Amino acid sequence: MQFSRVPSITLAVAAALALIGCGQKEEPKPQAAAPVAAPAPAPVPAPKPEVTVKLGHVAPLTGPQAHLGKDNENGARMAVDELNAQNLEIGGAKVKFELLAEDDQADPKQGTIVAQKLVDAKVNGVIGHLNSGTTIPASKIYFDAGIPQISGSATNPKYTQQGFKTAFRVMANDVQQGKILGEYAVKQLGAKSVAIIDDRSAYGQGLADEFKKAVEAAGVKIVANEFTNDKATDFAAILTKIKSKKPDVVFYGGMDAQGGPMAKQMKTLGLKNAKFLTGDGGCTPEFIKLGGEAAEGQYCSLPGVPLESMPGGKAFGDKFTAKYGQIQLYAPYVYDAVMVAADAMKRANSVEPATYLPEIGKTSYQGVTARIMFDELGDLKGGSVSMYQVKAGKWSYLETLGGDVMAAAKDAVAEAKEAVVEAVKATGEAAKATGDAAKEMAKDAAKEGVKAGAEAVKGAADATRGAAEATKAAVEKK
Amino acid sequence: MTLFESLRHNRRAAIGAMLFLGILLAVLPFTVGSMMGNSWLRILDFALLYIMLALGLNIVVGFAGLLDLGYIAFYAVGAYFYALLASPHFGLHLPVWLIIPGGAMLAGLFGIILGAPTLRLRGDYLAIVTLGFGEIVRIFMNNLNAPINITNGPQGISGIDPINMGGVTLAKPIEFVGITIPSLHAYYYLFLGLALLIVFVSIRLEDSRIGRAWVAIREDEIAAKACGINTRNIKLLAFAMGASFGGVAGGLFAGFQGFVSPESFSLMESVMVLCMVVLGGMGNIPGVILGGILLTLLPEAFRHGAGPVQMALFGKILLDPEALRMLAFGLALIVVMLYRPAGLWPSSTRRREFKGEGA
Amino acid sequence: MDIFIQQIINGLVLGSIYALVALGYTMVYGIMGLINFAHGEVVMIGALVALSVIKLLANSGLPGVVIVLIGLMAAALVCMAVGFAIERVAYRPLRKAPKLAPLITAIGVSIVLQNLAMLIWGRNYHAFPPILPNGEHEILGATITSVQIAIIIIAAAMMGGLILLINRTRLGRAMRATAENPGIAQLMGVNINQIISLTFVIGSALAAVAGLMVSANYSIAHYYMGFVLGLKAFTAAVLGGIGNLAGAMLGGILLGLIESLGAGYIGDLTGGFFGSNYQDVFAFLVLICVLVFRPSGLVGEKAAERA
Repeated sequence: MQFSRVPSITLAVAAALALIGCGQKEEPKPQAAAPVAAPAPAPVPAPKPEVTVKLGHVAPLTGPQAHLGKDNENGARMAVDELNAQNLEIGGAKVKFELLAEDDQADPKQGTIVAQKLVDAKVNGVIGHLNSGTTIPASKIYFDAGIPQISGSATNPKYTQQGFKTAFRVMANDVQQGKILGEYAVKQLGAKSVAIIDDRSAYGQGLADEFKKAVEAAGVKIVANEFTNDKATDFAAILTKIKSKKPDVVFYGGMDAQGGPMAKQMKTLGLKNAKFLTGDGGCTPEFIKLGGEAAEGQYCSLPGVPLESMPGGKAFGDKFTAKYGQIQLYAPYVYDAVMVAADAMKRANSVEPATYLPEIGKTSYQGVTARIMFDELGDLKGGSVSMYQVKAGKWSYLETLGGDVMAAAKDAVAEAKEAVVEAVKATGEAAKATGDAAKEMAKDAAKEGVKAGAEAVKGAADATRGAAEATKAAVEKK
Repeated sequence: MTLFESLRHNRRAAIGAMLFLGILLAVLPFTVGSMMGNSWLRILDFALLYIMLALGLNIVVGFAGLLDLGYIAFYAVGAYFYALLASPHFGLHLPVWLIIPGGAMLAGLFGIILGAPTLRLRGDYLAIVTLGFGEIVRIFMNNLNAPINITNGPQGISGIDPINMGGVTLAKPIEFVGITIPSLHAYYYLFLGLALLIVFVSIRLEDSRIGRAWVAIREDEIAAKACGINTRNIKLLAFAMGASFGGVAGGLFAGFQGFVSPESFSLMESVMVLCMVVLGGMGNIPGVILGGILLTLLPEAFRHGAGPVQMALFGKILLDPEALRMLAFGLALIVVMLYRPAGLWPSSTRRREFKGEGA
Repeated sequence: MDIFIQQIINGLVLGSIYALVALGYTMVYGIMGLINFAHGEVVMIGALVALSVIKLLANSGLPGVVIVLIGLMAAALVCMAVGFAIERVAYRPLRKAPKLAPLITAIGVSIVLQNLAMLIWGRNYHAFPPILPNGEHEILGATITSVQIAIIIIAAAMMGGLILLINRTRLGRAMRATAENPGIAQLMGVNINQIISLTFVIGSALAAVAGLMVSANYSIAHYYMGFVLGLKAFTAAVLGGIGNLAGAMLGGILLGLIESLGAGYIGDLTGGFFGSNYQDVFAFLVLICVLVFRPSGLVGEKAAERA
């Protein structure tokens, strides 16, 4: 009896080992998990060598943020499908992209486990993660393995400040966006007193803090600073308190699932005159769906410029909606992140992480959300932010702020065009003019006009520099 | 504890079993790492951390019979203690041998703070108070970035120093008498060592006067009191001991991850650790170890399996693999409890009781 | 002053919602001595079923109240079936098992229900269609909507109805007998399996009502909503004294008021050092204080001094 018990402790270990063994059998297969790989590729007689480029994608696919996670994954999946349809050749080989989609449940611990899994699977690059809390610890694992990581939604500034040369982000970080939002509240919305609510998540608190700094820097008073959490539905108590302080603008740093009901409860509680302003987390169709009538007239911001105004943006939006339904939030950014990785591979003519990594830093890619260029940290250079307002049950574009590079690319080009027209007109007038004064005026106008024209042409060739110069020229002209 | 009793009585069997186990545990990271990849090695590292946590909670729940739903708070205390004292956040970089024991002591102190007001409570009332305590700790960590920035709030603390022993950092591969030990392996050995230490302490505690007093309280508090046991001190000791194990695991977690933020210490984590203890076999040390291993590995095995198994069975993905993974995990919890209501590996005394009751 | 009254109303509404869910917890606990941790998920299922039915009928031309009632019926039926199944599968086989075993199966059931709901209803949030008249009423300068008034009335009515059921009917007597001593109840001719099943079914019907009211009030439903709601309601039930129906109501209202007043005034009271971010800390501290002085909750019966 006693002896028979002895090996039982080894039994436990054996059981555990057997379990590991079970996992091991399945180990070589996880790539198959991505449905992209599911349909067997049609037999192509071409003798060209084929390489498979594995891109990892990580986001929470279960738990409370799963809807955003799935949206991100769909963005990545669409990019991968499109890349495969292009039949790219890199380094003399046909390239097939494959997406390894993983779930980290927004849990930092699982974030690192999944990161390690992707590193083991020898991915060529990683897109994600969605949350800053999982992105930051995972970035160290990718850095150690030398695998480039591009996040389309982790906005915590710390992510790129760790000194990891593998970490990139194709979205404005909290500091950039919060500052612009704060200035917008004071200047455009004319706020004299502001109330701030944040959801105490890394995202909401980060954004709200930067917003607060910008508002205070502009000399406007913060009359209330209230908090909720990212699972709450009842905001009556904090909104009632805010009501007693009578603010002009209520800013919410957090997601749509709270923002929508919050706007609704604001209206019910009679906070009707205060404008509601929120960041990208609330800039979704869900916000309008959940806010109902109360969403009307509220404001939000979204990094980058509106999809419709970007080349290929509208096409992307239509295609995505047809395939996966409404865009939730970050899908376009994730789509861009995949494209940036592919673009760097093309330029490096290699899919090897070590070879194409330096090329990512030199990216100048026209994405659907912005012209993507990175600064030395890996942050989006001069990230611009666009403002939207709900009009007739839809987010409609108001203006684009900040970001000097491509901020108002479209406006600038339009202005440049106008300048050319005016210049031509002016030249014509100058020829006709006889008086000295008129001549002199015309000369100036012509000079400026020609300059603007030349710049505009250049701008067409090189959108980045051209647009900036053209804007300058247009301003000069005015 | 007849298992360990028998090991003590039968020397040869004991030595044989220990030797076998020792070799197995020593070569495990190399076999796992080379055969299954580093992700499983990292999972193994986490499994060791969870074993420490489960053993700590086992003292409170399994031995003393006090239902604790806020246990993760002590893990959080240990992790934040390490993070604050060895990171650029305050510019402090204290050595590990100071922080880990310090974290254990601080967590133990928190255990007493929790235990003191809850001495009169039992069962479900105790559960809700401990749950509240866990949430309170998490909320403070999430909000103590203003007016004075202590914990850096929801942003968490990044850039935490990796564990560094005698000038050798575990974050990089270690050269050791001609053998290179990769970082994950080094962490494995460290965690294994500490886990074994905790197992040892647990076994010794269980067999001690204190351990018997805990069991007495679990079985009948009034009778225990009548027998002259100072139930107040003994209960507080259970909270403190359990908490200190959690503090050790927390410190190791911070050094291993290099990043801590409050979202790692949610209520769900407390619940998972409790599941490990109950599912494995409350009060039985090998059972709890098994529970810790199983509940860490199972979701990961499902993660690797959910997609491929569907592919093999139906030729396509019918159900979302991620939802399926969690479904399978939930079902596994139910099925195990239905078939082994006292846990996978209950202690022999408990099993006897259960059989007696059930008949 | 109107701000203070508004905060009281906010607290009452929130508290009634907690109470609605807490009644389900406490009902099951009172009869079986078991915390049905999956109750929050049943509430979620109720909300989503009701919402789906209401969305289907939203354009049918029927009056809003009728549609809501149909939605409620559907939700109640589904929830009753779910509750019945949970008890049969996860709790009945463990009736004599160690006390923590059903806790683990309950957690398993929660995970399963949550992920099933995610598969069925998707990951997105669902909005409640605006079919109910959005009546806003003014009371001393504070606002309350018709739905909110309905919530307070329904919660009170439910509590009253349940108390009558338990104390005045044959079924109630059987329930009380089962709670007192299942073995002897059985000897007296009570079919305890049936009684326990019925208890679960009634509790689940309550969950359906709660789910519908919550989603109507906040105009939102989501597969994850049950977790937080269940947690808060559980806290409320314990605060009042779990197992006691009036206690659940009292605990719910009290928790609602504490949260509302805490969020509203804690900042001013502590000079801005603590804000509404410590609302839950405040609530839990009150709970701990109550339990330290009354270890069985506010109106709970004093637990026998047995281990």
